[in-house]
Amino acid sequence: MRMEEGHSSTSPVSIHDLTVAYHRKPVLWDVDLDIPEGKLIAVVGPNGAGKSTLIKAVMDLVPKASGKVMIYGKPFRKQRKLVAYVPQRESVDWDFPIDALGVVAMGRYGSIGWCKPLRKQDAQIAMDALDRVGMADYARRQISQLSGGQQQRVFLARALAQDSSIYFMDEPFASVDAATEKAIVNVLAELRSTGKTVIVVHHDLQTVREYFDHVILLNMRVVAHGPVDEVFTDENLKKTYGGRLTLLSEAVDRLARH
Amino acid sequence: MTWSIIDTWIVIIGALCAAGCSIPGTVLVLRRMSLMGDAISHTVLPGIAIAFLLTGSRDPMAMLIGAVVVGLLTAFLVQVIQSLGNVEAGASMGIVFTVLFAFGLVLMRQAVDHVDIDPDCVLYGSIELAWFDQDPDGFGIPRGAIVNGAMLLANLFVMFLFYKELKITSFDPAFAKSQGIHPSFMHYLLMTMTAATAVSAFETVGSILVVAMFIVPPATAYLLTNRYGMMFVLAISIAIASAAVGHVSAITIPTWFGFSGTSTAGAMAVAAGAFFILAWVGSPSQGIIAKQWQRNSVRLLVLREDILGVLWRLEERGKKTVVPTQLTEAIGAHSLLVHIALFGLQKTNAVEKTTMYWTLTKEGREKATKLVRMHRLWEVYLDEHYPQDVHQVHQAAERLEHVTTPEMQSKLGDAKKDPHGRRVPDDTLL
Repeated sequence: MRMEEGHSSTSPVSIHDLTVAYHRKPVLWDVDLDIPEGKLIAVVGPNGAGKSTLIKAVMDLVPKASGKVMIYGKPFRKQRKLVAYVPQRESVDWDFPIDALGVVAMGRYGSIGWCKPLRKQDAQIAMDALDRVGMADYARRQISQLSGGQQQRVFLARALAQDSSIYFMDEPFASVDAATEKAIVNVLAELRSTGKTVIVVHHDLQTVREYFDHVILLNMRVVAHGPVDEVFTDENLKKTYGGRLTLLSEAVDRLARH
Repeated sequence: MTWSIIDTWIVIIGALCAAGCSIPGTVLVLRRMSLMGDAISHTVLPGIAIAFLLTGSRDPMAMLIGAVVVGLLTAFLVQVIQSLGNVEAGASMGIVFTVLFAFGLVLMRQAVDHVDIDPDCVLYGSIELAWFDQDPDGFGIPRGAIVNGAMLLANLFVMFLFYKELKITSFDPAFAKSQGIHPSFMHYLLMTMTAATAVSAFETVGSILVVAMFIVPPATAYLLTNRYGMMFVLAISIAIASAAVGHVSAITIPTWFGFSGTSTAGAMAVAAGAFFILAWVGSPSQGIIAKQWQRNSVRLLVLREDILGVLWRLEERGKKTVVPTQLTEAIGAHSLLVHIALFGLQKTNAVEKTTMYWTLTKEGREKATKLVRMHRLWEVYLDEHYPQDVHQVHQAAERLEHVTTPEMQSKLGDAKKDPHGRRVPDDTLL
């Protein structure tokens, strides 16, 4: 039995022996991790390494097979208001009859509470959030008429409207235009300067050094994590992307079948 | 056409029922699960039958509870079969609702011996007779109007109370869940609404109209608006209009052909279908007329730019004027279209006409220079990146020049000559 004291209760996100399985096949196995406060953190790893699953498991969006997650020392369900989320753009139907401002206003629903209407200040916060990603002019545009990059910025603005301490972003840089990439980078810098913790699932190895302070190299387990300068090495990348883990995944598969 | 108080009540009952159905229907359509409305309206049958068999009476409360329980069971089974059986949602619904519906029919046969119930009436309803079904102390209001009116009010209440919760869980369930707005709670609330609406509507108007009103008015509204709130307003309005138009058609149109009128519930459903077709053809944003119009205006824009290009190239070779037939030949477009395009260009002062000859104006020449520059820069770009025979380069550039944004243009480079050795005109000198 691992000692709980090994984890700090001041860490924004502290993950204890987390295992997640889809159809009994483990996607994450025994992940144990304390995420540092106030940093920009990239989660990097090959396809199917469990990067999205990791952040979804933290937010109780997928069931955990075992383990637990603490947000500032308490379970997620008690700390929802501290967490903002940018899902993958493909996860929703962009033909939905709603405009950009309407989507961003959804970031306020959690703090408004059940069955109560949008308040005036919520609309203002949503508008400000759109402005911060350079999309104020598109507030009344139906979302299907936005380009992919603009849709991504709307999602980012929605998370900003949540006004939280911890931000989870699932591949925000995936196939976006240059203007959007720049807008996202600016927002990340802004969030860091106000002491927020940002965890970003990232697939572009070229930009990790430039955009992030910390990196979590993930392939079913945590291969390495820490400051980019120390951890983001060729050797660690080889371990993350190389074949070393196939042996482990084979063994874990067999474990699951027992 | 003879109109009586009975006809008025038929329209009122039909409208109340249709409007009530269109509220959960709108959410179902937005969630891409319209078939669920169909499935649940069929599976309320076993619910009703079980309630009959258990209570031995036609107590409406027992029927409502029986239908809602089986409705929720349907929603639950659909999800279980989908995730365990690894089949698509449609197949899973098909399995659940056909089996439960058949089971309901079997039960109904048993129930017929005990209670007064007619399976035909379940399918087609008896809205024509609804007026005669009045409580002695009902102030002359038929029971069907009270039941469907109450259901409509209940649905409106749920819609307003959970307005933003229904919206967020329909659009982005994962994000909703991360904020503590549970999508599964909203899902089963919607299923409860659907089942309760189906059972309350069904005795008066029959399941055909219920299924139609769940899906058709919301689908029509979806074509007409891109605002969430407006979709409910339009769906409800279209549902009410379908009821009115449907009944009027049912008692008039057949008489033109010597028949005596037809099923009102059926005619209401057909009317809803007619509204859908109207919207599909005429919707300002998504209708086929609007789309065709848009396509034509793009085509005309391209033609106008092509004409400018041709005029510029003729000037390059020292020929300042043309007659329209030359343009028709050079571009390969119909002469009527060329005339329309020339007229448009003349309106914007890009070309002018002296007797029968057309020439570029100064403004037109500026536009044309930009276009030809773009065309030739594209040729350079294509020749460099995708070496192929020169004719193909021209064809591709001909299409690309119309869609080039300033941003793209800055990346196209600054070549002085195109692959054919012709000068790339400089538009900064203008």
